[in-house]
Amino acid sequence: MTPSGFVPFLPEIVLATAGFLLLVAGIPLGRRATRQLALAAVAALAVTVVLVLVLARPGVAPHSILGDMLVIDRMAVFFKILLAAVSAVTVLMAAGYLERSGYGGGEFVSLILCATLGMYVMVSGANLASLYVGLELMALSVYVLVGYFKLEARSNEGAVKYFVLGALSSAVLLYGISLVYGATGTLDLAAIRAQLVALPDSNPTLLLGIVLVGFGMLFKVAAVPFHVWTPDAYEGAPTPVTAFMSVGPKAAAFAMFLRLFVTAFAPEVDYWRIILWLAAAATMIYGNVAALTQDNVKRMLAYSSIAHAGYALLGLVAATPMGTWSVLLYMLVYAFMNLGAFGFVILLESRGYAGETIADYAGLARRHPGAAAIMLWFMLALAGIPPTAGFMGKLYLFAAAVGAGYVGLAVIAVIMSAVSLYYYFRIVVQMYLRDGEDVEPAHMLRDRWVEAMIGVCAVVTLVVGVYPTPLVGWLKALSLV
Amino acid sequence: MAYDETYGWLLNLVCYLPLAGAILTAFAISKDNTRAIKWFATVITGVDFLLAIPLWLLYRADGAEFQFATKAAWIPSVGVQYIFGVDGFSILLIMLTTLLGFIAVYSSFTAITEREKEYYIFLLLLQTGMMGVFCALDFILFYVFWEVMLVPMYFLIGVWGGPRKLYAAIKFFLYTLVGSVLMLLGILALYFYHGDGLAAVGLQGLGLGNTFEIPVLYQMAPQIPGGLQFWIFLAFFVGFAIKVPMFPFHTWLPDAHVEAPTAGSVILAGVLLKMGTYGFVRLSLPLLPEATVKAVGWIGVLAIIAIIYGALVAMAQKDMKKLVAYSSVSHMGFVMIGMFALNAAGLRGSILQMINHGVSTGALFLLVGIIYERRHNRMIAEYGGLAKVMPLYATFFLIITLSSIGLPTLNGFVGEFTILIGAFLHSWTWAIFAASGIVLGAAYMLWMYQRVFFGEVKNDKNKGLPDLNLRERWTLIPLIVIAFWIGLYPKPFFNLMEPTVNRVLARVEVALPRTPAQPAATAGAETAPEAGPHGHEVGGE
Repeated sequence: MTPSGFVPFLPEIVLATAGFLLLVAGIPLGRRATRQLALAAVAALAVTVVLVLVLARPGVAPHSILGDMLVIDRMAVFFKILLAAVSAVTVLMAAGYLERSGYGGGEFVSLILCATLGMYVMVSGANLASLYVGLELMALSVYVLVGYFKLEARSNEGAVKYFVLGALSSAVLLYGISLVYGATGTLDLAAIRAQLVALPDSNPTLLLGIVLVGFGMLFKVAAVPFHVWTPDAYEGAPTPVTAFMSVGPKAAAFAMFLRLFVTAFAPEVDYWRIILWLAAAATMIYGNVAALTQDNVKRMLAYSSIAHAGYALLGLVAATPMGTWSVLLYMLVYAFMNLGAFGFVILLESRGYAGETIADYAGLARRHPGAAAIMLWFMLALAGIPPTAGFMGKLYLFAAAVGAGYVGLAVIAVIMSAVSLYYYFRIVVQMYLRDGEDVEPAHMLRDRWVEAMIGVCAVVTLVVGVYPTPLVGWLKALSLV
Repeated sequence: MAYDETYGWLLNLVCYLPLAGAILTAFAISKDNTRAIKWFATVITGVDFLLAIPLWLLYRADGAEFQFATKAAWIPSVGVQYIFGVDGFSILLIMLTTLLGFIAVYSSFTAITEREKEYYIFLLLLQTGMMGVFCALDFILFYVFWEVMLVPMYFLIGVWGGPRKLYAAIKFFLYTLVGSVLMLLGILALYFYHGDGLAAVGLQGLGLGNTFEIPVLYQMAPQIPGGLQFWIFLAFFVGFAIKVPMFPFHTWLPDAHVEAPTAGSVILAGVLLKMGTYGFVRLSLPLLPEATVKAVGWIGVLAIIAIIYGALVAMAQKDMKKLVAYSSVSHMGFVMIGMFALNAAGLRGSILQMINHGVSTGALFLLVGIIYERRHNRMIAEYGGLAKVMPLYATFFLIITLSSIGLPTLNGFVGEFTILIGAFLHSWTWAIFAASGIVLGAAYMLWMYQRVFFGEVKNDKNKGLPDLNLRERWTLIPLIVIAFWIGLYPKPFFNLMEPTVNRVLARVEVALPRTPAQPAATAGAETAPEAGPHGHEVGGE
């Protein structure tokens, strides 16, 4: 392979290089210059995005690179831009937080960039091997990030639980991949598909392989019954990490899920659809019902993120073009509304883990009316009330499910999204309705960077909610195969 | 097409003016300057009402189905459009909304003493949300407004409400939300059916694609197979019946009404409940004629239960506001029974009764609020002999009571009488049960009036109560004028709604087993143009 063959891989190379450089630079600078390190990471991400756009400029047809290991198509470009944005928002939100925590930032930004690199491979992988490598790079980085507060018991607990269960799920996934390989003789997604199209196959080895791969993916997107790691990992992780892992890896995992099931395994859809149907229903019901009683905001948002994975699974169950692009749109919408909500948790964490219980939001509307209004906006978005982006995202997912004939699942989805309003509004009740009583109004930190990022998230949530036209038009033209 | 885009900007202005007012209030007025906030909101809602009047005057009954229309692309890739447009029916409801909005703001000056800025912002946002529902002719746009208005109402109840406000607010929100998300599924089912529907009417291949456009969906309505119609009707029914509210979905209403501040109750009873009946007339009936015809029987039963049960429960109430709240359940049962008689008289009466109920019940809530503001007590037993202390208040209360129970010369009579004619034409048992509701209504209202206003002043706290002040009088006078106007000369109202009534019935009749000639003689609309059931509007089928 000539060096020019690596040109399409430049975005990933930039990410890897920046990750290593920042890791080294963090050794002397980590404690003192957290914000500068964060800015450097954002600069690296910006360069990456520019390279992604240049490499996929209009007129360049979807093509595979590096010996068919990776593919550059519309979905890859979409997720690469989205994930770069998620990482940049995370890093900027985390800078002040890390400064206050005293744990330093060099390793943090480096690990975020490594995770981003892994996710880039996940969203563009065209081969079971490259997909798996990307997934592991992402997962290992995030295990460490969850345990980043090495002296906090909760952080360690979350990391260990996440690691043990994550390693198990990776093993299951790998076993599934090996079975698929055994049955088809290839790791290439397009070749697998071609073979399954040529002879539709109910070979038990193959089906078991597909099911195991499905289980592994359901774990990565935190779907019931593979969700048990989620609440503890989310609660224990430093809040910016929670914000990151609830959107970035989830979006990347959904991209990988789509690549595996809607392209490679599509001919076997009748076999795997029932599993995803059950998982989607269980995830929506369990995630929303369990969130109802949570008093810890991070835990509540963890269950809510389980529930949102359930909604997104609707698009996979539909397995139609609309199902696919609605998952993509939903990942974008969900990323920004969830990051915005977590931004508020960061701002309220003035002392250690304070700001995590719902009662810490009491009276926020009186002292910080603007902040409370924006938090209300994010809660409405998460609950899917128009005119927020949350509504637009759900609308297309539900439409895809109804359009594909899965009305029963759509009924569960809409009922559960009405249920979700109750727990999101528990925060709203604290902010707005518990005023003037015997509560001390909540105290918020002043952190310009976090505030700016919350503003960005709010604007995206508004624009996509009111005028999603260009985005929907662009996504609708996307084709996976 | 079914649109006339002349003066389309006016309708948009009427709809979005309160939103602009809310944004201005949020950013331009300090929260300590409560006087400016109050007057600004009053002016905005007042101007909005004045701007809505030309809609009525400029509406041409022989013109296009939807006038003052705006049609623009919104999300073309999935067939979502921005379509505004009104017919006589929606103009009536917009007039009602703007008037009650103005009254709600004006009546809150002394009732709301804390967090005024947020309060008026929410009231203004609510206005835009409600009017958007009446203007929208694209299903997604309709749904957006339908849900948007829940949020300000939630806050109005939850922040400024009574002791159990948190419970009442979230109950209101969740009930209506569950109903509306199911409605969304019905909308999506219609959307996806549309492709097949186009083929059935020979319109495929024109690049129309799937659409959420309501007037286009009207054309294909008769082609929808009965089984699908049933499910969509059921989804819509849950959404609308919760809003109306129909028995047995009414349990949120007493809680929400009792806990809401006065202005919230006025809007809730006056406008929000009409959204449900509006939905039935605008969407369920014309879009799902076959399912509608099949549903007549059990909806009639539910409506009769609501009429009688609501009245009996109202009679047992000790709290004035609760009494009025339950009377709403009963009155809305009338609206439903008139509508589902599926004849011209019933539908006319039903639409008129929507307006009547907004006027009378809105005024009743205002009156209860006025006495509550003075005494902070709404128990009937606390009062007695108020007629001596507050003569003007007693007079106003009497007029509105009589209007509510349907005394001739007042609005309630015209509405109820027309509905009864319609009900009788459908089935005399309906008419008998409905008429018994009128008797019960007179009983509980007059009994309450007697206990509150007649007799000696027994409670010392009531002795020095001041009568209505100027502002309070002016919140009530417009409603009383309208009550007399409709009672004495309802013709302009009937004329305004006539095209809608004819079109809706023409669309439903395709599914009726027989095609009866509508009896021409119907009260209150002697001059109604008798557009045949299969008149010119059924084009395209």
